[in-house]
Order: sequence, then structure tokens, then C-alpha cells
Amino acid sequence: MTYGPSAGAKLATTPAHGHDDAPYQPVFTGAARDELETLCARYPSRQAALLPALWMIQEARGWVSDGAVEEVAQVLGVSAAHVRGVLTFYTMYHQHPVGKHFIQVCTTTPCNLCGAEDVVNAFLRHTGCGELGVTSDDGRFTVIEVECLGACGFATPVMINSRFLESVTPDAVPDVLEECD
Amino acid sequence: MGYPHPRHPRETPVLSEHFGDPAARTLAGWKARGGYQALEQALAMDPVAVQNVVKDSGLRGRGGAGFPAGIKWSFMKPDGKPHYLCCNGDESEPGTFKDREIMRWTPHALVEGVATAMHAIYAETGYIYIRGEFTEPLEAVTAAVREAYAAGILGANAMGTGRRLDIHVHKGAGAYICGEETALMNSLEGKRGNPRIKPPFPAVAGLFGKPTTINNVETLTAAAHVVRRGAEWYKAMGRPDNPKSTGTKLFSVCGNVARPGNYEVTLGFPFKDFLWELCGGAPDGRRIKAVIPGGSSVPILTAEECEAVFMDYEGMAAAGTLLGSGGVIVFDDTADMPRQIARLARFYAHESCAQCSQCREGTAWTTRILERICRGEGSFEDLDTLLEIGEQMSGKTICVLSDSCATPVASGLRKFRHEFEAKIGKKQGKAFVPSAYPTGLTPAAAGSAP
Ligand SMILES: Cc1cc2nc3c(=O)[nH]c(=O)nc-3n(C[C@H](O)[C@H](O)[C@H](O)COP(=O)(O)O)c2cc1C
Ligand code: SF4
Ligand code: FES
Repeated sequence: MTYGPSAGAKLATTPAHGHDDAPYQPVFTGAARDELETLCARYPSRQAALLPALWMIQEARGWVSDGAVEEVAQVLGVSAAHVRGVLTFYTMYHQHPVGKHFIQVCTTTPCNLCGAEDVVNAFLRHTGCGELGVTSDDGRFTVIEVECLGACGFATPVMINSRFLESVTPDAVPDVLEECD
Repeated sequence: MGYPHPRHPRETPVLSEHFGDPAARTLAGWKARGGYQALEQALAMDPVAVQNVVKDSGLRGRGGAGFPAGIKWSFMKPDGKPHYLCCNGDESEPGTFKDREIMRWTPHALVEGVATAMHAIYAETGYIYIRGEFTEPLEAVTAAVREAYAAGILGANAMGTGRRLDIHVHKGAGAYICGEETALMNSLEGKRGNPRIKPPFPAVAGLFGKPTTINNVETLTAAAHVVRRGAEWYKAMGRPDNPKSTGTKLFSVCGNVARPGNYEVTLGFPFKDFLWELCGGAPDGRRIKAVIPGGSSVPILTAEECEAVFMDYEGMAAAGTLLGSGGVIVFDDTADMPRQIARLARFYAHESCAQCSQCREGTAWTTRILERICRGEGSFEDLDTLLEIGEQMSGKTICVLSDSCATPVASGLRKFRHEFEAKIGKKQGKAFVPSAYPTGLTPAAAGSAP
């Protein structure tokens, strides 16, 4: 990823899929810790770095686990309850592991008028997910509907992880999936 | 520019002049196009003088409410406290996608606007809050900020003036409500994005409890042009008989329209020409049925109602709607209005922060009832109930998200009541009879009328 708070940082990555019973391995060590401290310096309070910190966790681990909540709380000096409250407020943070390719299709009114529901159905069919929010058996795909992506003139916009696609039609879905490794 | 379409000759490209031109994204490219002259000029001026130019220009907030930008800036006094500028790049109002184009094509134009405003409000620190889904704008603006620091435009000695200007990009994480100004501040502080009760207003106690100005991406970008080219130049654009709406505005057009995209016209442009001449009307020779002219939160117009409207704050108000964010959503004669209005209600129910009962319950029940009607399980009483709920949702909550849900629902029900009744009539096994009572009245009220 070339954008966002963790651009340039070398973070330890583990597979995105599957709950892990192994002890939690902290994310904020070495360069990642330094980067977090740089971010904290941008704000008059450490708590303000909470959204960026959760982004760093999610980029490293694919989702935000209970262990991660504890770690973020500890490094920023806020309570775990506060972190959990914030985590659950924002829809882009994953509280559970999701498919390797997390597919979000906008179906709000402007896109809906242009046939967005057909695009969703094409993704559900071609990924084998079948149902919204369900990860495919091979762990590769999760498809969800998302509210307005702010690109309504490019119906239907689709996000696959951080990749933002414009003007996706049902016919284009197989090709789009072809590009997902 | 009608990006992604070629520019229409009747557009007035100021903000959109370089949309679609990748060379304008870099610092060198931006400077070659006249970039950072506005900031240089502003930094040589007294902050109050910058405020006054923007005040004189008549530039109003482009985020939805239309509050005069220069007046907002003039609330910020040199009181020795830290001041903050927030740039609102959360753009999530259905139908609106103009800030995205500003940020991804001309990120330096935004950085310049933010820095200019920071000088005018005595702020050393500015945050550009961009919604998390905007990966390309985030990348572009982050790169522009980095370039501006490297070139000494930002930092402890901005453009060699000794003035400190620090700008940071803050990435949101998925929440429409964070576009509401005080919710955005809470989000930046690392909290849930719940709007705050006002007062205190941000100019008194905003971000981190300090005096804060918050402006939309388009407002700030336009402000830099105003500083460079002067208030008179800006004021000259608009309807000659309406000095309250000046300058150009980006309108995003989407839905059932032949040429969707962003169009920049002077305020006061005739809506009829805009819809049919610039945007090409409905696709495939169909007819336009309805239009939401200012983002999903404003009253719906029928196609006929659009014909005599001027696209400015006063013109839209005269037509019973609002200019809002300038997101134009077009519905053609194939659109199922109850279904699409139900989808809109679902959006608000999903996005309610749930602090206020009227909003949490109102948006949820509105959605449930509308979806029930669409499934063919509704009753005529449901239509009255919807309007009653809408009344309870309006003017009673911490922020206006609640009103924003009620507004399109109520206007949709009033103007397209027959479509709702058709769905209800069908379920009850009766032939549909067009309503005999005037629109806006309930069957019960019509029955008891003298
Ligand atoms: C629910 C809600 C969502 C909003 N979303 C946005 C948004 O995404 N972008 C924006 O600029 N303003 C948004 N606003 C308006 C802001 O609260 C604020 O008025 C605006 O950013 C001020 O900037 P301006 O004066 O330059 O328009 C929203 C308001 C509400 C009530
Ligand atoms: S009106 Fe709705 S979104 Fe606004 S503060 Fe109340 S509950 Fe939250
Ligand atoms: S409604 Fe789909 S991007 Fe806005």
C-alpha cells in the first residue's frame, strides 16, 4: 500500500484469514512503533492517533483482534473499552477475519438506479460466496454491500481491499475477479 | 469540465480546469499552472485582509449549509490560543462526488486553499480529514503535502515568511456522520464520531477544545482562487439580480442521466439547460421523472418543477428545495420511486450515530415501513404514519441527519404518492384508483374535509 499512515513501514504480516489461537504478537515494535510515535506528534493528544493506529493494525493483520485492542489501548494510554467503542463505530475496521479479497459494492440510491444490485449478485455468484458477508470456502472472497462510496457518477463503484474500481458492470465481474490473486 | 466527459462550452471551469490532467497533480505541474501564487499573496497580507477579500467575494460554504466563508473566518480572533483548521473531505452524501475530483486531480489546489485559510484564521495546524474509502484522493493529497513540505511551502518557515504552517492528512474509517462538523472533530480526537451539542460552536471550542474553523474541500479550494483573482472577479459570476450567490460551483450529476459527471457552472445557471443540454437528460431517450438537486438530504423535485429553477441558494429555496452539496440525482420514468426512497431511508438508518432517539428509531422505522410497502405488505395508514414519524424526526435532534432522512421521504410521498398507493392497492387485491384527494392530505383528512 502506498497511502495512509503505514506507508513505507515494514510491518510483520500474518495471513488475513482464520482466527488464530496463538498468543498475540504485538504490531507496534521496531519501525512500526517509531512510525506510530511520529503520528502521535501530529496531534496534541495521543488518543488522536487512535484511528491511524487501528489502520496500522488492520494493514498488518487484516483485522483488529481483542489482543490488538489491548495493545492499542496500552500504547496510546487509553482504556480498552474506549478503543473497542471506537472500533465498533467505524465500518471499515474488521472485527473478524475476512476473505483475502474484501469486496464492497455500493448499492445506495444513485448506484441502485443504475443497476448496482445486479453487480452485487454477479459478485456473489462468481466468487462462490452466495450470500452477503459470508466468506467463500477457500477463504479468498467476502462480498458486502456498502453505502455511498462518493463516486456516484461512476456507477457502480467497487472497492476490493484498497483498490477502488469505477463503473463496474455485471459483465465485467469475471474479469475483475481474474485480477485477484 | 464535465469530467469524465469533455467540457461543455457553457461550463465555467475554475476549480475543474485541470481535472483529468495528471500533470497538474505534481508540485512542478501545479506551479506551472499558477499554483501557490495565492498562498504567497495571502502570506504577505494581514489575516484580517484575507478574511475581508473572502467576505467581499460572497463565497459561501460548499459543504451543504452555504454559510459565508469569510464571515466564518472572521470569528477567529488572535487570542493567543492554538487555532485549528479542519478541511472536510469526508464527502459521503449520496449523489455528491465533487471533492473527490478536486482531491485526486488537483491536490495542491486544496493544500494551497487550506494553507491560505490557516493564515487567515491564525492557525498553525490544519487537518485534512478524508474518508477512508477515498484511496486515490488520500494518496494524492498525502503526496502533495509531502511535496509542499519538501519545497518549504509548509513547515516552520512557510514560503520563507517565518510563519508556521503544518498540515496533516487524517484518514477516516467509514462513517457518513463524520462529515458533520463536530462529529469530524470527535473522530479526529480519536473518539466515536458522535456530533456534539452546540453551543459551544467550533469557533469557540472546537477541535481539542480550541477555536476551530471547518470548511469543505471545495470552499477552501475556491478561497485560494478568490485571494489570487480578487473579490470583484468572483462576485461578477452569478445572476446579476442575485448578489447572495456568487462564483462557480461544482455540480455532481448521477443516477438515470445520459452524461453523469461533474460540471462547473456559475451559480444561477438555469437548471433546465443544465439537466437537458449539459447532462443530456435521461439515458436512451427516456424521460426524467424526478430530481434531487442538492445531495440526498434535500426535497425531491418533479421534472416539471425543475424547469424554471436557477441553480443557486435562493433559486433552489424558491423552488422549495436546497442547493445543498450540489449532488444532482436524476430519476427517469423507469425508476421505482418507493423502492429508491426506501433505499435512501436505509442509508440514513445505517448511518445514524444513534445518540438521539428520534433519529435512531425514526430512521429505522421509516425504513421498515417503506420496505414493507415495497414488499406489497403495506397499508394506507402506513403513509400517514411515515409523515408523522417524519415530523417527529425534524428539528428535534443534535444534528440534522434525522431531518435529512425525513425530508426526501416526505417530499417523495407528497409528490409520488400514487406510486406508493399503487404498491399498497396491489397487495390488497384492489384495482388501483388514483387518489382523489389533493396530494399532501391523508385519506382520513380528505374524507373529513367539508
Ligand atoms: C450528517 C451530515 C453530514 C455532512 N457531511 C459533510 C461532508 O461529507 N462534507 C462536508 O463538507 N460537509 C458535510 N456536512 C456539513 C458540515 O457539517 C459543515 O457544515 C461543513 O463542512 C462546513 O463547511 P463549509 O462551510 O465550507 O460548507 C455534513 C453535515 C451533516 C449534518
Ligand atoms: S440526529 Fe442522528 S446522527 Fe445526528 S446526532 Fe442525533 S442520532 Fe446522531
Ligand atoms: S451512491 Fe454509489 S457511490 Fe454514491
